[in-house]
Amino acid sequence: MASLITCPHCGVRPKEEFAIRGDASLIRPAPTASDEAWHDYVYVRANPRGRTLEHWHHVAGCRRFLVVERDTVTHEVYSAVDGVVAAREAQR
Amino acid sequence: MRYSAFSIVRNALSGNLNWKPQWRQPQPKSHYDVIIVGGGGHGLSTAYYLAKEFGVKNVAVLEKGYLGSGNVGRNTTIVRSNYMLPGNESFYEFSMKLWEGLEQDLNYNVMLSQRGVIMLYHSDAQRDAYVRRGNTMWMEGVSAELIEREQLKKMIPFLNYDHARYPILGGLLQRRAGTARHDAVAWGYARGADQHGVDIIEHCEVTGIRRENGVVTGVETSKGFIGCGKLALAAAGNSSRVGEMADLKLPLESHVLQAFVTEGLKPCIDHVIVYGGGHFYISQSDKGGLVFGAEIDGYSSYAQRGNLATAEHVMEEGVSMIPGLSRVRVLRAWGGVMDMSMDGSPIIDRTSIDNLYLNCGWCYGGFKATPASGYCFAHLIARNDTHPVARALRLDRFARGYAVDEAGAGPQPNLH
Ligand SMILES: Cc1cc2nc3c(=O)[nH]c(=O)nc-3n(C[C@H](O)[C@H](O)[C@H](O)COP(=O)(O)OP(=O)(O)OC[C@H]3O[C@@H](n4cnc5c(N)ncnc54)[C@H](O)[C@@H]3O)c2cc1C
Ligand SMILES: [Zn+2]
Repeated sequence: MASLITCPHCGVRPKEEFAIRGDASLIRPAPTASDEAWHDYVYVRANPRGRTLEHWHHVAGCRRFLVVERDTVTHEVYSAVDGVVAAREAQR
Repeated sequence: MRYSAFSIVRNALSGNLNWKPQWRQPQPKSHYDVIIVGGGGHGLSTAYYLAKEFGVKNVAVLEKGYLGSGNVGRNTTIVRSNYMLPGNESFYEFSMKLWEGLEQDLNYNVMLSQRGVIMLYHSDAQRDAYVRRGNTMWMEGVSAELIEREQLKKMIPFLNYDHARYPILGGLLQRRAGTARHDAVAWGYARGADQHGVDIIEHCEVTGIRRENGVVTGVETSKGFIGCGKLALAAAGNSSRVGEMADLKLPLESHVLQAFVTEGLKPCIDHVIVYGGGHFYISQSDKGGLVFGAEIDGYSSYAQRGNLATAEHVMEEGVSMIPGLSRVRVLRAWGGVMDMSMDGSPIIDRTSIDNLYLNCGWCYGGFKATPASGYCFAHLIARNDTHPVARALRLDRFARGYAVDEAGAGPQPNLH
């Protein structure tokens, strides 16, 4: 993993300050959605080899949830944006 | 290939140039009754039991690298059956029993060493949890012993008993548990399967799964198309990638786990010791190196290497449990890519495609399962029927609300 992460709020910080929550590409279904939709959301993972979007919590910094794009093979980190900004951009 | 003291002497005298390979290197046939994807422990044991126990002999194992290059050759070799949940415990105990007869069955020395696995506890609450676990083991007919502090001090004197945060109060011991030589397990199963006519094809990567009218007809590989009657996936850390070739959506994330080995020492650690304040565990190999590891790095990864921060964390846990460890030099560190499932338990099941079978979700604990996994998977493939001890390990358990969550961590793979 890249050793340094650029947090949009805190600047360049060591990656040990972050806790990784997991896949950020999933979209939470509506409460009334089908069991199958909820099953897929809770349990099924694309588990990509290559680029992936993840929720990272900046535990030892701003305590914001970020959406980090990185590579699961090379461990290169491409970007880190605030979760709210990411959601707004995706119009969720 | 057979081995004896005599064959060692004879081959030594001829410069060790005349040893024969333990299994053939066949070219793939155009069609097999069963193709198994993945020549790790599970793929090989599945092939072995298919041929030996279930009479299915026209079988190929396709392995993209060399045999044993995956997790079967990267793990820390611990075998045990001290699980708590009913669906798990009967399965792992079935495996433990197969381990106990494996060397006779394979006629191969897998160096099974039932040296005992002891899990330490550091608080009254943790003691209660281990008493409960021990009792549930007894209910499955598996022996477990609670070792209190004074007795433990005689057994394992060098632990940090008076640690301020994690004092060692005792442990739960499974005496029949221990270690086995991982490479020998892969080789033993490979030789056994080969002797029963199974084709083991190394350096043959599966790149696609061909389907017609909703059933699998064969696989595209780096050695061309190979047809099959049934296809069985046992690709461990790459299960999502192989599953994707047949549009399977799996409850898996691939994560990296690291392990470490030190310089060789004289015999000093007689058991497998598991820390209760973290995931740290340690044993001593027959060569003398201390073999240890702890938790996964915590982020999904397909790279067979880990992070320095995790390595440091592992060392810190180790030194807090055994202060003397700080004086030992680490020789090597490595990582393996594991198929973490959403409840931390494995999956052995059929799929939505009639002749496609799935074996995955072994997390960091699939080595001990090698015999039972192969046996149950072979049973399923040959008879289209789930083996009784694998009933709780079905793929649809998540949808049905029957997750087998040993750690109680919820659908969060990096916490199992
Ligand atoms: C560091 C570490 C320590 C561990 N310690 C323990 C332990 O102490 N006890 C325990 O019980 N378990 C342990 N495990 C877990 C255990 O090693 C695994 O769960 C188990 O080995 C997985 O099953 P396998 O042996 O079949 O996997 P593997 O050996 O990984 O086999 C899968 C095979 O599939 C092949 N493959 C993948 N994709 C393709 C394709 N497209 N085409 C052809 N072949 C393909 C791979 O090359 C690989 O050889 C540990 C794991 C690691 C990484
Ligand atoms: Zn921050």
